Amino acid sequence: MEMERSVSYESDLNFKATELRLGLPGSDETEKQSTPCVRGHKRASSEISEESKGSSKVTDTAPPPAKAHIVGWPPVRSYRKNCFQKNEGEGVGKFVKVSMDGAPYLRKIDLGVYRSYSELLKALENMFKLTIGAYSEREGYHGSEYAPTYEDKDGDWMLVGDVPWEMFISSCKKLRIMKGSEARGLGCSA
Amino acid sequence: MESELKRFRNSPNSEELTRRSSFPDEVIERVLSLFKSHKDRSAVSLVCKDWYNAERWSRTHVFIGNCYSVSPEIVARRFPNIRSVTLKGKPRFSDFNLVPLNWGADIHAWLVVFADECPFLEELRLKRMTISDESLEFLSVSFPNFKSLSLLSCDGFSTNGLSAIATHCKNLIELDIQENGIDDRGGSWLSCFPESFTLLEVLNFANLTSDINFDVLERLVSRCKSLRVLKVNQSISLEQLPRLLVHAPQLTELGTGSFSQQLTFPQYEELESAFSSCNNIHTLSGLWDVKAIYLPALYSACTNLTFLNLSYAALQGGELAKLLRHCPRLQRLWVMDTVEDKGLEAVGLNCPLLEELRVFPLDPYDEEIAHGVTEAGFIAVSCFCPRLHYVLYFCRQMTNAAVATVVQNCPNFTHFRLCIMNPRQPDCTTGEPMDEAFGAVVKTCTKLQRLSVSGLLTDLTFEYIGKYAKNLETLSVAFAGSSDWGMQCVLEGCPKLRKLEIRDCPFGNKALLSGLEKYESMRSLWMSACNVTMNGCRLLARVMPRLNVEVMKEDGSDDSQADKVYVYRSVAGPRRDAPPSVQTL
Repeated sequence: MEMERSVSYESDLNFKATELRLGLPGSDETEKQSTPCVRGHKRASSEISEESKGSSKVTDTAPPPAKAHIVGWPPVRSYRKNCFQKNEGEGVGKFVKVSMDGAPYLRKIDLGVYRSYSELLKALENMFKLTIGAYSEREGYHGSEYAPTYEDKDGDWMLVGDVPWEMFISSCKKLRIMKGSEARGLGCSA
Repeated sequence: MESELKRFRNSPNSEELTRRSSFPDEVIERVLSLFKSHKDRSAVSLVCKDWYNAERWSRTHVFIGNCYSVSPEIVARRFPNIRSVTLKGKPRFSDFNLVPLNWGADIHAWLVVFADECPFLEELRLKRMTISDESLEFLSVSFPNFKSLSLLSCDGFSTNGLSAIATHCKNLIELDIQENGIDDRGGSWLSCFPESFTLLEVLNFANLTSDINFDVLERLVSRCKSLRVLKVNQSISLEQLPRLLVHAPQLTELGTGSFSQQLTFPQYEELESAFSSCNNIHTLSGLWDVKAIYLPALYSACTNLTFLNLSYAALQGGELAKLLRHCPRLQRLWVMDTVEDKGLEAVGLNCPLLEELRVFPLDPYDEEIAHGVTEAGFIAVSCFCPRLHYVLYFCRQMTNAAVATVVQNCPNFTHFRLCIMNPRQPDCTTGEPMDEAFGAVVKTCTKLQRLSVSGLLTDLTFEYIGKYAKNLETLSVAFAGSSDWGMQCVLEGCPKLRKLEIRDCPFGNKALLSGLEKYESMRSLWMSACNVTMNGCRLLARVMPRLNVEVMKEDGSDDSQADKVYVYRSVAGPRRDAPPSVQTL
């Protein structure tokens, strides 16, 4: 069920309708990542935010000033909250966000549950109902409509499969399934 | 057991003789010992002095919902023969960090009194209390018959305290450590059980994080032939689990460890075989880091399952569906919202006997994250599970129409806790407040005892609650209401209200003071980030001397604002152990 979420980013009484923002009214503000162009093997993360600022809401890809977490809300016990927040470098229980171009919502998966790229890719295919195809060192995911990419510890966007699995697990911060055309640049070495 | 009871006879005076009932004391006490419910017992004790005395001598279990409502001396004096005590301490919002850490609810004073007056104490069940290692050690050496310790949402202790319990409690049958703020210093406490110790029936250390010595655990499980509840922590692997299960086919409740190790085929077969000999399991939990491909190993143990707790297992909808096909007798199910609506449809299709559903959010603080569950999943469950009466549902969107449909399908709700995670969020299809949703709940569900509301709500919601929720005992409110009138409706309209907890609502002094007499019939009232002032609280404290009115102030707030207010009835007077941040008016 695809719904416009009436989400307010502030914790006080201002409703979205009266929110001042840059950009055209009515445009989908949940479209988090507009199409940044890809040059070469690595992309500077600053390029992404520069380009995005011009084309979408100020509250978008450059994440909103960390929304003041309302203390004690939602009412989830601290114990449970702490269980799933551990994220850095642990093999098991490492949750990362997965976004797909065109999908309004992000997902989250536990990288620690997978033992290899093929397991991970199969899971992504199941989750988003698409075919990613096989990875090749020279051509990336050429031949598939989609290509899985990830942001590493340095903030660089890489093609999933470029580095050994263990290195990927420890450096992957988030995943993004790009429409194939954009990812082609990533696949080629500079 | 009966012969150990202390016998005390009032020397009868002539007035008492003429009023004395025709039953000898022994008969009354015998009859009263059959009353288990503490509500029944309280009623009995009010009949006449004889019955009061007979009841207090025969009472073996005491439940104290607010540790500050009464003093340990009063309890021990009135009930000299108690064997079991249940105590609850901090206000529930302490679970969500709204209460300062050193607030109080320390068990030690109680233990000291009981050690003197009730040394035959066997069971202690604590919720939201502070308990130190010294207290645990004191407990373990002061009560020679001590059998059961259960700690839920408590803090102040470390695994060293558990070592003391394991070392000294020779008659221990239950050690149940759940979701506490425990300082986990390692797993050596488990090794403190003597090799000769064989009495354990309940062992739950699921929420401890440190590694424990598996050989020690295996030996303990194999020699405790009466073990019926075993909930281990994540350090126990999938390969180790069968070795525990083969020693304990009599288990009725199992909490697995981690469920994600890579197994060889023989290891998987061993796991499957171990589960197939567990014919008595009715409760299953744990399953951390669950790898769905191993779930089929469980299937044979699921036939008689009535309670499945998957709230720490991030399963997808399809994976849950496959598992639930093997759980036809399920009555209680706890899941994470990773299962999404598709998973909830599977719940409806496979679990017609379901009575309780809890859906927890994987990522409550992140708004970017996927759907989780929506109104569609809620409706799906209600369509096929007519016995549903308890729901806890965390979601990011809901509609008035959906809730109305749900309660029409399931009119027997006793506990309805709906948490729309974004504060003040309206109906996602109409943009209207969610008043009609909760109106439908209270109008239709006449047996409703507990209600948590959320979403965009005006005073109308509270008018509905006051008008219809005649059996409501507990109400939780956040970011809701338009004026004092809302809270007034509830205080005036709900005769059985016992606990009212409110945060971030526009209720002020007028609302607070409209409940003056009401508060004496309630256990407690919590109000934080509302519009109540210090003067309002002072007035309340002055007019109602049998209430304790405690105020906690935030740093940097206006002097006149009462940031957090906690009001409760007490026969023990104002407490003397309040920290500087808590002011009793």
